[in-house]
Amino acid sequence: MDFSFTDDHQALRDAVRRCCDDTYPAPQRGQPEGAATAASRHATLAALGLTGLQLPAAHGGSALGPVEAMLVAQELGRVQAGASWLASTALAAPLIAAAGSPAQQSRWLGAIATGQLRATLAWEEPHARWDLADLRCRARLEATGERWLLDGAKSGVLDGDAAGLLLVLAAAPQGPALFAIDSAAAGLQRLPHRLIDGRSAAHLHCTAVQAELLGQPAGAAALLDAALDHARAMLVAETTGAADALLALTLEHLRTRRQFGKPLAAFQALQHRVADHAIALEQLKSMACVAALALQADTTAERVRGVAAACTLAAQLGRRLALDAIQLHGAMGMTDECAAARFARRLLANGVLFGDANHHRRRFAALPSTLDNEGDTP
Amino acid sequence: MRLAFSAEEEAFRQEVRAFVRARLPADIRRKVALGLRLEHADYVTWFHILESRGWLTPGWPVAHGGPGWSPIQRYLFDEETLLGNAPRIIASGIQMLGPVLIAYGTPAQQARYLPDIRASRTWWAQGFSEPGAGSDLAALRTSAVVDGDHFIVNGHKLWTSYAGWCAMMFALVRTDPHAAKPQEGISFLLLDMASPGVTVRPVRMIDGGTDLNEVFLDNVRVPRENLVGELHKGWGHGKFLLGHERTGIAGIGSCKQQLARARRLAAQQGLLADADWQARLAQFAIELIALETTALRLLSPGQRSPIPQAEASMLKVRGTELRQAIHEALFEIAGPHALPFDADALFLDTLDRMPAPPELGTLAANLLDSRKLSTYGGSNEVQRNLIAQALLKA
Repeated sequence: MDFSFTDDHQALRDAVRRCCDDTYPAPQRGQPEGAATAASRHATLAALGLTGLQLPAAHGGSALGPVEAMLVAQELGRVQAGASWLASTALAAPLIAAAGSPAQQSRWLGAIATGQLRATLAWEEPHARWDLADLRCRARLEATGERWLLDGAKSGVLDGDAAGLLLVLAAAPQGPALFAIDSAAAGLQRLPHRLIDGRSAAHLHCTAVQAELLGQPAGAAALLDAALDHARAMLVAETTGAADALLALTLEHLRTRRQFGKPLAAFQALQHRVADHAIALEQLKSMACVAALALQADTTAERVRGVAAACTLAAQLGRRLALDAIQLHGAMGMTDECAAARFARRLLANGVLFGDANHHRRRFAALPSTLDNEGDTP
Repeated sequence: MRLAFSAEEEAFRQEVRAFVRARLPADIRRKVALGLRLEHADYVTWFHILESRGWLTPGWPVAHGGPGWSPIQRYLFDEETLLGNAPRIIASGIQMLGPVLIAYGTPAQQARYLPDIRASRTWWAQGFSEPGAGSDLAALRTSAVVDGDHFIVNGHKLWTSYAGWCAMMFALVRTDPHAAKPQEGISFLLLDMASPGVTVRPVRMIDGGTDLNEVFLDNVRVPRENLVGELHKGWGHGKFLLGHERTGIAGIGSCKQQLARARRLAAQQGLLADADWQARLAQFAIELIALETTALRLLSPGQRSPIPQAEASMLKVRGTELRQAIHEALFEIAGPHALPFDADALFLDTLDRMPAPPELGTLAANLLDSRKLSTYGGSNEVQRNLIAQALLKA
């Protein structure tokens, strides 16, 4: 058991932090990004090598591991980065790398690494609440038997308004399968919307949209779960970075705001609340490590255990920190211009984005217990 | 960064596990597993077994008979002994006085007292709290006045654990009533419980147990050579261990022991098919992962928190509150079996007198007893004060 950060880890974190501080000036953090701003920020992250962080060097990536990706995601969370890194680098890229044919990998991964291409994954459906057993988006082979066509709706597609490549989970005759569609494809209707924290997403309507099968249909569900768990681990890290930044804002508020002739920091009722925030933050940092390291686990059960545990606690603690920070900021915490309020919205969104606490706790509870020395029965 | 324990660490874990399975007497194992009361002889028996292997004093330096374990090994030892239902090493001579004497005692004091502590020949009582000095320990009033080559000690100590088993007491006493600050002018004394003027009165606690005592000190003569460290500097010596030992304070092994018990009893009571209970037990397991990872992570380079001085406080708060929550769940698992109660029947040889099934009949008492966790060792409110002070500084 070893959680050490090496000098390389710390150097990476420092470099990413400098880049993020420049790219996301404090007053803009958590403000909705326009398309041009989002594109230019994505290019900045790409220039630093962050968009291809874990991709193999053959595709222009940096071939780094999940711990490095966790450090990057924490920094992005600290500045409330937009949706594109999470969608393209943390979610779509690992899926293409795992499921795509060699030709597909060559075609897309290099472009993702350079930032020229933004990809995303459309997996949720409006009726499903993260349950993929009942897919209604359908894939059928054209009468000629050569081309796939997709019909149906996909919801909550992160960065789905701007991504150039859309990976879509759909029910094929032989079972769930993954497809790639071009964002300009005929029959595709994209309804862009914002999440509660201002990030961009889209709702997709497909009517006989021409699609390309991603790799093979066999095993698509397992590959999808693995890619989602990868993105979830990065989301826990983002939540950790955001919670860290939020606690700093709350502490600063308590030090500077005065009531009854003294700073709020002098009131024990408030002191005890921020003490609990600090305890929660240390647990979040731990769970970010647990989730990242679980991505390297030997078995699927081990991966799910770590990621699901981390997602459960991150959703719960993130929301508690968010709502309590609003209270500690008083009425100002209820205003749109309050930086803490924007972090609170981000934490609320992250707790739902790839499954909520109940969803992940059920995944965790379905696994066998790991306490191998349960104590002999008396 | 690596989540799994190394092969060496795993081998150590298996070594401890095999040792506990082979050497822990069955009756003691059963008492711990059922949450029954342990007697002095039970502890002494187990401590002798540990000492025969050199494992009784993990917190002591190698030169004084410690095993030289890494923090991870100490952590694994705690976990495996507790999951194996061995008694905790509760003796304050081992946990507290030994390290203080090693750090501040004279060679003569070390030679005189440490061997008897390791051999469990002498048990030591901790004389810190008083009726007017609980969380505010520095308000203590027990006085020690120099009289030739003795101190004359007068006062009233409270919450002294196992005083009836203890031949000696280490106590914080006020030697300079005129010091500028309450923390100054306190000294650390060693006191023979058989001295004239020492009276021990057990306090019956909410679970019916009598492990805690009050100790009256009435003109007790203590030789000057029993002063540990410098006169008037005892506060620092008494606080020496606070924050010193960061993996143990979270009680992770105890949490796992109690969660394993909860899972076992919930299954036995047919509760595991219930979605609420599944969620609740999963929640505990998840929170335990977070606690355990935090305790181990904070030991790693580059992972210290921004407020290292408050890390022990954070672990104490989270660990004790999680353990208390598990005890509440255990109480609920007992259901109606938690109600029949006979405080005097919580012993192995009186099990047949217990008015409830033995596995369930102790759960109410254990819940009540677990409330001490957030009170002792600096109440959790005091810990939160310390955390907040560190956070809000600057």
